[in-house]
Amino acid sequence: MSVTAEAPKRKASDYISDVKPVWCPGCGDYHVLLSLSRALAQMELEPENIAVVSGIGCSSRIPAYTNCYGFHGVHGRALPLAAGLKVARPELTVLVMSGDGDGFSIGGNHFLHACRRNVDLTYVVMDNRVYGLTKGQPSPTTEPDWDSALSPGGTGLRPFHPLVIALASGANFVARCFSGDVNGTARVLIEAIRHPGFSFVEILSPCVTFRPDEKQWKTLVHPAPVDPTDDPARAARRIMTDDGFNTGILYRGNRSPYRAPAASEPQDPGVLERKFVI
Amino acid sequence: MTEETKAAKNPVEDMATMLAYAHRIEVEAAERYAILADQMEIANNTELAALFRKMEKVEGKHADHIIEKAGPEGIPQFGPLDYRWEEGEGPETLDLTDIHYKMTAWHALQLALAAEKRAYTFFARLAKEAYDKDVQALAREFAEEEEEHIEFVMKEIKKYSAPEAGWDEDLDPPNHPD
Ligand SMILES: Cc1ncc(C[n+]2csc(CCOP(=O)(O)OP(=O)(O)O)c2C)c(N)n1
Ligand code: SF4
Repeated sequence: MSVTAEAPKRKASDYISDVKPVWCPGCGDYHVLLSLSRALAQMELEPENIAVVSGIGCSSRIPAYTNCYGFHGVHGRALPLAAGLKVARPELTVLVMSGDGDGFSIGGNHFLHACRRNVDLTYVVMDNRVYGLTKGQPSPTTEPDWDSALSPGGTGLRPFHPLVIALASGANFVARCFSGDVNGTARVLIEAIRHPGFSFVEILSPCVTFRPDEKQWKTLVHPAPVDPTDDPARAARRIMTDDGFNTGILYRGNRSPYRAPAASEPQDPGVLERKFVI
Repeated sequence: MTEETKAAKNPVEDMATMLAYAHRIEVEAAERYAILADQMEIANNTELAALFRKMEKVEGKHADHIIEKAGPEGIPQFGPLDYRWEEGEGPETLDLTDIHYKMTAWHALQLALAAEKRAYTFFARLAKEAYDKDVQALAREFAEEEEEHIEFVMKEIKKYSAPEAGWDEDLDPPNHPD
């Protein structure tokens, strides 16, 4: 690198609020916050033009830790809320931040339909394969043989495969990252935000308290050995047969994002209300 | 070797960029210590919170020292992702996953020592491999300074003895097995 660039307008710290995270020391979600702030700074987006929407969970606390507009919503319902926001205010960058419980259990149905609808959102799921906030219950992505006090002998259930489901449901961009790779994740987030339509980024983010075994992830992750494809069938085959630790952009589609029909003149809420008077 | 790894292996082509990298290394390390101090405050490990806060200040002073060194020319600023690091982040930055809420000063200083050694290796390599002679000379100076930091951390470590097995035992753990 040599000096050619002009000084950047934004620092990563501009996107971090004064609220101190209450995550456990070592939690992967700290890394995700750093990646997000670096991605936004690199893109030089104005914090007031970004909305960070979440559900409930340790991971879903993240809006409070950013300096952007935020909505810490109802468990599993971040996506419909964010879709409504983006359709009403298309000029905003809308980021949806969730956990594997929030996004794939209670919010699983919204996940499918958000992929189908293809509104221009970036959906980030901090996947730790456990419910952290409620103290360690298995989630849809938990391995069937994960033995714990709350699931003796493991659940025996086949794990949900979010990336394949996203593809099959119509997501326009699919990627997997590892939280410990802060700058690598930030680079993928930039691509996801820039890509039109619904972008889904699964970030493997260890829960050091309830899944201390996930500290090993840093030795298991590796960059996907292939370039992203725009063929969903090929992407699905690759994802189905990889070891679950391939990282990088795995699919970049070219569906046009959903656009709301041109709105009529904004109406006074009082006038709108009158239509519903019985 | 990919283009990205090649760039990360030898990212510095001129003096201004060298200063920017050196400054970034210290700033990123200071920011990381600040996060760690906050984490330990939340986890009520006050001894470690104070140590990380001290390390934050030390790294902040190192960053100021580089600004002084740059003189009136100043230091160019880049976006956070314009820097190319071989190990993902700056060499002096502690990995957040290595942290435990009951860790002791001894553990923390071991991590700090490893970080200083990584920074030394970064500059020592540039001192040998940078294309520009002036960059090589400045990298050598920074490598020497990192050696001093290594000595400083080693001296600090001597104030503590290695904790006994069971240091992470918590009688009221967040993940109670019952
Ligand atoms: C309607 C409703 N049902 C259940 C809960 C309890 N609850 C809170 S967070 C959570 C799961 C969180 O898991 P995940 O989304 O994986 O987040 P993590 O804490 O692991 O980051 C559950 C079941 C709730 N808050 N609201
Ligand atoms: S319980 Fe797990 S997910 Fe929640 S803050 Fe702690 S380490 Fe992170």
